[in-house]
Amino acid sequence: MLDIKNLHAAVEGNAILKGINLTVKPGEVHAIMGPNGSGKSSLASVLAGRESYEVTDGSVDFLGKDLLDMSPEVRAREGLFLAFQYPVEIPGVSNINFLKTAVNEIRAYHGEPPMQAKAFLDMLKSKQKLMEFDANLMNRSLNEGFSGGEKKRNDIFQMAMLEPKLAIMDETDSGLDIDALRIVSAGVNKLRNKDNAFIIITHYQRLLEYIVPDFVHVLYNGRIVKSGTKELALELEEKGYDWLKEDIRLEEPVQ
Amino acid sequence: MTTATKNISFNEALPALFGAQFSTGGWFTGREAALKQFLALGGIPTVKVEDWKYTNVVPFFKNDIQVTLPEVPEVTAAQLEATGLLLPDTYRLVLVNGVLQPHLSQLPPATQATVSKLSEAGSQPAVERYFHQSPKIAGFHFAQLNAALFNDGLFIEVKAKAQVEQPIQVVHLYLADQPRLFNPRHLVVVNEGASVQIVESAAGIGLTDNVVINSVTESIVSERAQLSQYQLQTGGSQLRFINQNLVEQKGKSLYNNYTFTLTDSDFVRNNLNISLNEERTETHMYGFYIAAGSQLIDNHTSVDHRMPHCESNELYRGVLMDKATGVFNGKIYVHEDAQKTNAFQQNNNLVISPDAAIYTKPQLEIFADDVKCSHGCTIGQVSDDALFYLRARGIGEAEARNLLVKAFAFDITAKVTIPAVRKQVEQIASQYLHA
Repeated sequence: MLDIKNLHAAVEGNAILKGINLTVKPGEVHAIMGPNGSGKSSLASVLAGRESYEVTDGSVDFLGKDLLDMSPEVRAREGLFLAFQYPVEIPGVSNINFLKTAVNEIRAYHGEPPMQAKAFLDMLKSKQKLMEFDANLMNRSLNEGFSGGEKKRNDIFQMAMLEPKLAIMDETDSGLDIDALRIVSAGVNKLRNKDNAFIIITHYQRLLEYIVPDFVHVLYNGRIVKSGTKELALELEEKGYDWLKEDIRLEEPVQ
Repeated sequence: MTTATKNISFNEALPALFGAQFSTGGWFTGREAALKQFLALGGIPTVKVEDWKYTNVVPFFKNDIQVTLPEVPEVTAAQLEATGLLLPDTYRLVLVNGVLQPHLSQLPPATQATVSKLSEAGSQPAVERYFHQSPKIAGFHFAQLNAALFNDGLFIEVKAKAQVEQPIQVVHLYLADQPRLFNPRHLVVVNEGASVQIVESAAGIGLTDNVVINSVTESIVSERAQLSQYQLQTGGSQLRFINQNLVEQKGKSLYNNYTFTLTDSDFVRNNLNISLNEERTETHMYGFYIAAGSQLIDNHTSVDHRMPHCESNELYRGVLMDKATGVFNGKIYVHEDAQKTNAFQQNNNLVISPDAAIYTKPQLEIFADDVKCSHGCTIGQVSDDALFYLRARGIGEAEARNLLVKAFAFDITAKVTIPAVRKQVEQIASQYLHA
C-alpha cells in the first residue's frame, strides 16, 4: 500500500528526514516511536503534503501512484488521512458543512455524484454513534472552543466519515486524558480492517496498549534505526531512548 | 492640476447655483448658513484634510456635475421589483431621487409611527427640535453641503412605547441622465420606550453616468428606546456614496448599526457618528465590506462617550481584492464625565491580492480614569494552517480558500437578527467572493 524508499526531506534547508525506508501493507498497524526532534511529525507532514517541507531525495509509492507528485487534497482523495497533532480551529466554518464539502469533493474525484442530504445525515448519525461523538459538536464551528480531547475525537470522527485507506496518526495521544485516550483508541480499533492500514506516531508506549501494533519502528535523527514487533515498544518504555542513541553513535563512522 | 482647478470651480460656482434654486427652498431657514459653513470649511475636502487623507473625492466633483434640484421621474412597481432588493415581511418606503413615493410604499400603521416627506414635516415638533442639531455637524463638510442643497427625504417618528414588529425597508432609487449630485436628507426619531428596525437599500435605474449620493441621516434614540439600522450597500453600479449618519442616544437606549458594503459602486464613504448623551446606553456597530477591482471603500466611525455607564462595541471586517483600497477609521472619545465606560473596537482585514491596500486607524482618546477600553486592527491573509487542514481532508485549494474567506465574513453576518436580511447579505457576499 505504502512504499517509502530512501526519503530525504528538509525544512528551510535543514535536513530533517535522512533516508527513511518503510513498507506498509493493507491490514497492518505500524507504530513509529522516537525521542523529541527525531523527525516523527515531519514524516507525517511530508506524507500528507505540507508545503513547508521540501523532499530532497527518495520516493513514496501509494497504491501504485507517486504520492509526492500529488497535492495535499489529491492525497486525501486517494485515501490518505492525517490525524493532526494540533487540529486547527476554524471559526465560521461549521463542522457539518465542512464534512459535507470534504465527502463530496472526494466523491467527485472518484466520479461519484454528491451525496443526498438524507444519506449524508444517516451516515453522520451512524458514525457519531460508532465513534461516541457528541452530536452537539457537529453544529458548532470547526474545532472552535473544543477542548484538546474534543478536537482529537473530532479528527477521529472525520476519519470514520472519510474512510481512508491509510491513516497517519500524529501524536494523537498527546494531551489526551485516559478516558479520551480509551475512546479514541476504541474508535481506531473499530475502523481497523484487512483493507486499511495505520501509521501511529507516538512518543509513549501508552497508546500502544490500546491500539496494538503489528510493527514498531524507532525513528532517530531522521532515520529508522530499529524495527521490531510490539515488544520493542515495551523495551523502549523500560529503557528509554538513550541506549539506542549509544548504539547508533557506535555505528556512526568517526568524523 | 486640472482636477484641482475644477474642484475650485465647483466650490466657486456653488453660491450662484444656490442663489438661483435653493435659497428660498422649503421650511428650513439654515440653508444659507450651511452653505457658508461648507465654504468656510474649504468646500469639497482635499486629501490635505485629515479625515479625507486616503480618500480623494475631488475627481468625483469635476466636470459638469449637476447640483440643481432633481426631477422625480415615474417608477413602476415592476422596475422596483426588478432591483431584486425587496425583502419579504417588511413595511416599505420607496424614494425616487430622495422623494417618498406613497403609491409604491407600504407604511407602518399610523398608530405606531409617523412617516412623511421631510419637505412636508417642517411643522413637526420633532423636526424643530432635532433637525440639523447634531453636536458635531458643524465640522462635517458634506453634512453642511447637504443642508444647503437637500431636496427632500424621510421623516420617521416612532411613537412612544410603540413596538414596530416588522422591519421598515427603505429603498432609495436614483434616476438621472447626466452626472448629478443628489442630497437626500432624513430624520429618524424613536421616542421613549419604542423599538424599530430600519433596513436601507439603494439602486440606480437606467443610469448612463455616474452620480454622487450625498446622504445625511440624523437619528435620535430616546430614553429606553431601541433602534437598529441596516445599510445594505449592494448593487450600486454608477452610484457613488457619501453617507453620513449622526446618531444621538439618550438614557438606557439601545442602538445597533449594520453597514454592509457589497457593491459594484467604485466609491463608498460611510460616516457613522454616535453621540452617547445620557447614561447607561448600549451600542453595537457591525460592518463588513468587500472591495474589488479598483474600488475605494471607506468607513469612518466615531463614538462619543459623554456620560457614565455606557457600553459601545464595534466590529468591522473587510476583504480586499484586486487593486481595491479600503479605509477604516474608528474614533472613540471617552469624555471626562464618562466613568465606567466600556468601549471595544476591532477592525480585521483580509488582504487577498498583493495590489490591494487597507489603511486602518483605530483611535482611542480617554479623558476619564475608570474605564474599560480596547481597540485593535489586524491585516492578514487566510491562515496557512487552516488552509492545509481543509486540503488534508480532500477539499481543493480554491474551495478551501473560499470557505475560509466566507467564514471570515459570516462571522459578522451571523450578527444580523433579521433572517431575510442575513440571507440576502450572505448570498451577495458569496457572489462577490466567488468572482
